[in-house]
Amino acid sequence: MTNRLKQKNPQGIVKHLLWLIPLGFLAVFFFLPLGRILQVMISREGIVSTSVILKTLGFTLFQAGLSTLLTVLLGMPAAYLFSHFRFPGKRILRLLVTLPFILPTVVVAAGFNALLGSRGWLNLLMVNLFDLAAPPITFLNTLGAILAAHVFYNTSIFIRIVGTAWSELDVDVGEAGAMLGASPVQVLFKVTLPLLKPSILASGLLVFLFDFTSFAVILLLGGPTFATLETEIYTQALSMLNLRMAGILSVIQLGCTLLIMVTYSRYNARRSPALKPGKGISPVRPEGNPRLFFVTLSVFFLVLFFLTPLLSLIIRSFISYESTSGISQFSIRNYVGLFTNLRQSYFYVPPVQAALNSFGFAGFTAVMSLLLGVSMAYAQTGLPMIKKWIDGLIMLPLGTSAVILGLGFLITFNRPPFDPGSFPWLIPIAHTLIAFPFVLRSVSPVLQAIPRNLKDAATVLGANSWQVWWQVEAPIVSRAALVGGLYAFAISLGEFGATSFLTRPTLPTLPVAIYRYLALPGDLNYGQAMAMATLLLLLCALSMAIIERIPLPGRKDY
Amino acid sequence: MDRLTINNIHKHYEDAPLLTGVNLSIQSGEILCLLGRSGSGKSTLLRIIAGLERAEQGDVIWNDQNLEGVPAHLRHFGMMFQDYALFPHRNVAENVAFGLEMQSISPNEVTTLVSEALTKVNMAGFARRSIAELSGGEQQRVALARALAAKPRLLMLDEPLAALDRSLRLELQKELSDHLHEAGIPVLYVTHDQEEAIALGDCMAILSEGKIVQCGKPRQIFETPANRLVAEFLGMKNFLQGRVVSIEPAEVSTLLGNYKVDRIGHDVTPDSSVTLVISTENCSKIDNQSAQNAIQGRVITCDFRRDGFLITMVTAADSTFEFLIKEEVQIGSLITVHIPPESIRVLNE
Repeated sequence: MTNRLKQKNPQGIVKHLLWLIPLGFLAVFFFLPLGRILQVMISREGIVSTSVILKTLGFTLFQAGLSTLLTVLLGMPAAYLFSHFRFPGKRILRLLVTLPFILPTVVVAAGFNALLGSRGWLNLLMVNLFDLAAPPITFLNTLGAILAAHVFYNTSIFIRIVGTAWSELDVDVGEAGAMLGASPVQVLFKVTLPLLKPSILASGLLVFLFDFTSFAVILLLGGPTFATLETEIYTQALSMLNLRMAGILSVIQLGCTLLIMVTYSRYNARRSPALKPGKGISPVRPEGNPRLFFVTLSVFFLVLFFLTPLLSLIIRSFISYESTSGISQFSIRNYVGLFTNLRQSYFYVPPVQAALNSFGFAGFTAVMSLLLGVSMAYAQTGLPMIKKWIDGLIMLPLGTSAVILGLGFLITFNRPPFDPGSFPWLIPIAHTLIAFPFVLRSVSPVLQAIPRNLKDAATVLGANSWQVWWQVEAPIVSRAALVGGLYAFAISLGEFGATSFLTRPTLPTLPVAIYRYLALPGDLNYGQAMAMATLLLLLCALSMAIIERIPLPGRKDY
Repeated sequence: MDRLTINNIHKHYEDAPLLTGVNLSIQSGEILCLLGRSGSGKSTLLRIIAGLERAEQGDVIWNDQNLEGVPAHLRHFGMMFQDYALFPHRNVAENVAFGLEMQSISPNEVTTLVSEALTKVNMAGFARRSIAELSGGEQQRVALARALAAKPRLLMLDEPLAALDRSLRLELQKELSDHLHEAGIPVLYVTHDQEEAIALGDCMAILSEGKIVQCGKPRQIFETPANRLVAEFLGMKNFLQGRVVSIEPAEVSTLLGNYKVDRIGHDVTPDSSVTLVISTENCSKIDNQSAQNAIQGRVITCDFRRDGFLITMVTAADSTFEFLIKEEVQIGSLITVHIPPESIRVLNE
């Protein structure tokens, strides 16, 4: 049998062996740490408070549910706007609402902080204008701050999924409803929404999952008053050193995310009930007062909601403020400060070093993710029978929160030379676990969509198998790999959850440095946090812009 | 007796005129086939009648009521879409029930009417089937049942057989014709296939360059096309410019000689310019080069057909003609083809 296989398809053996690379990586860096969490939960001693668990779980579910509901409420009209209308600046607005998807949570948190925080420019403006003693707007450390950031962060996912589904709906189907006597409202409820239901549920669940596992937003904008499973794991593990409790919370968290992911997969599979590719909706210019009003109002609100925090962040990074004198002025002092060791401290790491660390880790993550993602994508083409199972296995790290990964690493790799103190590459390895499914998702469909006859044509024209790969497959796959690599790079740049467990004081990344600077008193620290967040924002926006410009087969605009 | 009248409809598409004054009328029990090339505006006209699009100018009148401002769902017109537009989230019975539910008919009655409608189109056993499980022909039947079950005042069909293969199309044509006649309502049937229009239509209207260029019984249109455009659209070939010599006997002079024709329309006077349309069929190769009603030319192609050989020949005046003759001829040979007067139609210019 083996001989026959060898003779028939020598590349098949290589494809089978390719599984070993990602599976080996997952075994050591994912399943082993996960097993260690379970072991710690059972064997370690520590105080377990059922009331804390229930309260934390309750609040996690509550904030995630409410955030999802608000996201859907904002996302539905926005998805309708993008799928149905043409208007000036649509492309820019679409980029603007897509941008949060790739923005690090610390940047989003810093953006809202810059806008509405006690040292944010709106408060500064009002204090200056009305000569107030204290900032009048209280936004930080409120539920409203958590909800606003979650909606800001996740609406783009909802718009992307539902907007695309909506634009692909066969227009004839809606018109058939009208011809059978259904009013526009009846068409909406009896035809359009039932057809969009799987997409709404799938994206709603995805948003819920992200809200459920949100960490930095809760930590940075919710403050100590609000605890979700994620932040509680962090607190129990790092502040209270109660690893047993952290382990229990991690298992609960993992169970919940798995349940959400399984439900999501079920709805995601039902997303395309259409018989055949329909005509789709062609966006039109808004005509008539109601449509014009809707488009104008929606565009205004979206610009206000999505642009203001980001713009505030950039503006605030250029404001130098002296709380003692109350004087604020435009300057580049915050940026200049990034390059100087103002404290003359031995342990002090200048922010520019944090940026270099981030770049190094992000580059390593991109290379590792490409290695794992591309080898997995090739392996999948060889074993279609077990693809579904392995697919689920590979996606597990994506559903596992970064905090759990961080905790797992912390308790597994706890002896030199592989402990976080002496082996800093644990950070990009953790990032790779989060990022490589993105490479796989990017490369795999492109690889599988290459028509067989393209390779056959090259073969009959005299190309050997390597030449076929190099001349035909590689040029097609490389663009998808580049997109995946850029995603991995951007994810690593902004990753905060796992990094916060594994970082050491002398080797911070940009998000960790931003977090530290935001927590520190002093106007310059705050200003420098804003400057670093702005740089991170620009880097991510640049990655996004490059990704958007790379044409990929099958990518459809909504 | 209900009647739909369309007056002077104008519509632009992407800044180019598409419909430039369409007039049409159709009454109960009549199937009017609207024939036109792809992109001629047939579907747009249907959408305007349906209320799915607005005309820039002109009226759609149902009996005496102008339908301006009446939304599509209140017009009580039915429409069958080219790709059927069946609801993928509803099964066969639920699709057929949709229009009835919109009329607030009681669930029990809906069930009965759906069952009747499906039985009528031979789909009684398919009620619980998912739409995705149906073949093209079955989908076509469900779409027809859905459109008719709602008892529309008028039914429009937008190339309903276009998505089917030829044999199935022919099979369903007859079935469709029976159902449409049985419904007894005005039916507007859009197609680009002349054979389908002849088979189904009581009347035919030809839409070209934004206007209805001819409307009438299919036979009448084929026998007396209004102009060269219509003749070309109906697949006629072999055009020859000429001038009327006499009305009785009917004779036309051309560059290739004088031709006796069967008849000349009564609106034509001697010396007026006309176009002769010479039928490809019923012609024969002859040896007499100076015979009357003949065309001489050099053969450039000769292809076998079931009924003979289709030849293309070029005359001395450099015009090209196609004829179906009995015997095979050599390419490059000079031959003479006789055309009987009844094979020549005269188009008034």
